[in-house]
Amino acid sequence: MAEFSTPTTEQQFAENFAQLKPVMNRTEALYESSRCLFCFDAPCIKACPSGIDIPQFIRQINSGNDTGAARTIYEANYFGNACGKVCPTEVLCEGACVYNLQEVKPIEIGRLQSYATTKVIKSGEKLFGPGADNGKKVAVIGAGPAGISAACELRSLGYGVDVFEAKAQPSGLTVYGVAPYKITNEETLAEMAYLQAQFGYNVHFNSAISSREELAKLEDKYDAIFLGIGLGRTNELGLPGEDKINCTGAVEFISELRQHHHAVAVGRKVIVLGGGNTAMDAASESSRLGAENVILAYRRAKDEMGAYEFEYDLAKGVGVKGLFNVAPVEITGNGYVAGVKFIRTETKDGKVREIAGSEFVEDCDMVIKATGQAKQTEFLSLIPGLKLDSKGRIMANAHTGQTGNPKYFASGDAWNGGAEVVNAAAEAKLTARGIHAYLSK
Amino acid sequence: MPDLSINFAGIKSPNPFWLASAPPTNSGYQIMKAFDAGWGGAVWKTLGVPVVNVSSRYGGVNYRDKRLVGFNNIELISDRPLADNLREIEEVKKRFPNHAVIASLMVQTRQEWHDIVRQSQDAGADGFELNFGCPHGMCERGMGSAVGQEPKVLQMIVEWVMEVATKPVIVKLTPNISDITEPAMAARRGGADAISLINTIQSIVGVDLDQFAPYPIVDGKGSNGGYCGPAVKPIALNMVKNCAQHPDIKLPISGIGGIENWRDAVEHILLGASSVQVCTAAMHFGFGIIREMTSGLEQYMVEKGFNTIYDMVGKALPNVLHWEDLNMKYKVTANIHKDKCIGCQLCYTACEDGAHQAIKLNADTRVPEIIEENCVGCNLCSLVCPVEDCITMDRTDDDTQHLTWKERTEAGTAPTEFNDEKAGGRHHWVPEPSAALGKERHKTLPGKARLYSGETVLPTEA
Repeated sequence: MAEFSTPTTEQQFAENFAQLKPVMNRTEALYESSRCLFCFDAPCIKACPSGIDIPQFIRQINSGNDTGAARTIYEANYFGNACGKVCPTEVLCEGACVYNLQEVKPIEIGRLQSYATTKVIKSGEKLFGPGADNGKKVAVIGAGPAGISAACELRSLGYGVDVFEAKAQPSGLTVYGVAPYKITNEETLAEMAYLQAQFGYNVHFNSAISSREELAKLEDKYDAIFLGIGLGRTNELGLPGEDKINCTGAVEFISELRQHHHAVAVGRKVIVLGGGNTAMDAASESSRLGAENVILAYRRAKDEMGAYEFEYDLAKGVGVKGLFNVAPVEITGNGYVAGVKFIRTETKDGKVREIAGSEFVEDCDMVIKATGQAKQTEFLSLIPGLKLDSKGRIMANAHTGQTGNPKYFASGDAWNGGAEVVNAAAEAKLTARGIHAYLSK
Repeated sequence: MPDLSINFAGIKSPNPFWLASAPPTNSGYQIMKAFDAGWGGAVWKTLGVPVVNVSSRYGGVNYRDKRLVGFNNIELISDRPLADNLREIEEVKKRFPNHAVIASLMVQTRQEWHDIVRQSQDAGADGFELNFGCPHGMCERGMGSAVGQEPKVLQMIVEWVMEVATKPVIVKLTPNISDITEPAMAARRGGADAISLINTIQSIVGVDLDQFAPYPIVDGKGSNGGYCGPAVKPIALNMVKNCAQHPDIKLPISGIGGIENWRDAVEHILLGASSVQVCTAAMHFGFGIIREMTSGLEQYMVEKGFNTIYDMVGKALPNVLHWEDLNMKYKVTANIHKDKCIGCQLCYTACEDGAHQAIKLNADTRVPEIIEENCVGCNLCSLVCPVEDCITMDRTDDDTQHLTWKERTEAGTAPTEFNDEKAGGRHHWVPEPSAALGKERHKTLPGKARLYSGETVLPTEA
């Protein structure tokens, strides 16, 4: 029996994908903010990649200055609302809360953050605006957390900013990749609209930049180019049968899910390959879409999974079963997926070794590969002077984001290899400052 | 089991917990309900010539998410006809003959005082409480605290009452006065049998930031009210102590002010009260709080071996001295118990900015360290610490010496000149003023600035 029945209406979808961190009301925010100790040199600030002054904004909420709280948050992080919901707060700010050391529940920092920012977004009250026009222009490639954050910061410094986005909506993985129970599309897009209304950058949707000619045009027209391109499609596994119908990549599956909700079909028995956070998301989502059985297959042991513990707990909580120390060797079936042939593995001296003769087939009618995203190395090779490291990540100055080609700057997943929204938002702010320093010389 | 009953200046009550004269004692209905719930006595909402009240009467002081740590009201005495109140007093006494029903009174002329005392007596009241305390509304008409602030007038009215009273008379004192013992002495001179204190403190509990008017707001305006609730307990305790310690007052004291649980009640009793009165807590939580109060009091008495309330009345008084009589050789030093510390560093910043710079931070740990030679034993760190028993103030002198300010003054070893060598802080180290500039600036910068200055370390890979 499935944990969830297959949602057929928007309302059923919303119930199956109920928000994990619903927005607080004023009473909740008052009670929760009252618990904050206002630590000196607070560990939560240090644990936040964007360095939000958390005790300050909580104190502002507590004293009834919600607008001031939102300003404190946005000053450090333009994705303040999204981060309150999608950040892995359990391992960041809330994980650092000193209450944990007394077995007291940590402050719900993420929800307080969303509370204050939601309020200001709904009111439309402008907290920031563009700086005085300095006559210079920057092109931003990618309207994800990195690109939009850079655009905001650059506008505040007086630059003209054009953002080029391949897809139809802004915020990148926030609207195309995060699990739907973490944030809704409406919430994500409302924050994007709120930022654009304040900073006034231009976004060109459905405008992929993919050729040398297009790049050359940008190089001509703009004083600097910011690369917030993120990562690409799900990595190919190179397995026989990978092209069968109903064998899909997690990134592609989640993107569909975010855009089409209950219209997305899921198998009755789904096998998710991978042990990272995206695998946990895809597994949870399959279950919430009504799959009867969801198996999470990982080639190493349970405690070697890259996913955060709370993410695995979340998947287990909706009926996902773990299958560990198994490596896929073939996707079986005749046209459609019918199963995955695995071989058992063991880990010795940190290395995974397959156990000969241990092959078996696990039946299923859908396979979701959550085995990492490919780097966009082909596109990046079109930029002269730009260097990639051995993992295909853009190499750039750690403080300024400047790449081997001085006109190009980078932040976000394409630079850090794949991290959280908050990392991209924080990096992009710094990189925008790097661009400013470079163009102010 | 200990005996909780009291005989307060001749008024008998099954326990020392009375409802104070206030909205909870407005009617026989409420008082019967309270007695049913376990209250020992009730001081009826003040009788007099009935008033007309305004709408919007109470205001509150909240601390963070805690409601009503302070409370005020601009409600006046009873607005019900005297006959209704008297009839209900009679009914209550019939149903609860062993509970204390005390009539609170406030009128103006000698004749009115005589009339209302006689009528209350006839209705069966066990005693009287003269309301010389109300600091709002009634005082503008020459009653309430206007009387309590004029010892001569107070004494005269008490004398009028004593002319006809056959039941014990309690005088309720206002705290809106410099020296509470003066009206207390006037009550004694007038012949009163007991005193009760404190009445409410003149107050404005808050100002509406949009309407620019004080709470509670009546049609855009407000007036000062009378302040009560948990926040006034420290003021009440001090005044109860002052009256209890005064060598000439020698009257039973009914303690009022900020009593919400058994601990508050015991504190009042230890400082000399032999009955206690409660209002705000009952208005906030209802009469049901009495169960916790009696059970807590009983448990405390069992643990301490007190058989009656009188075994503990005033038990803390011998230990309340003048400052000049405190032992200056006593010394405590803060001790942070590392195993309990959660690293909030509130003690550090409190001592650093608010006290004596006697706590330091060390690299690689969030647990602060006490600089023993700088610690003056002020308690601040232990007061701000959010963890129970994490910072203790431990005695560090050897308990062999005793020297008071009075003794030092008498011996001529107290500082007397502006730059006296004998000054307490003379050889106590304080940092150079300029050492403050920029100190730990990186730890107090706003988040954005920390990000730009590199204080926020960006992880390169998730």
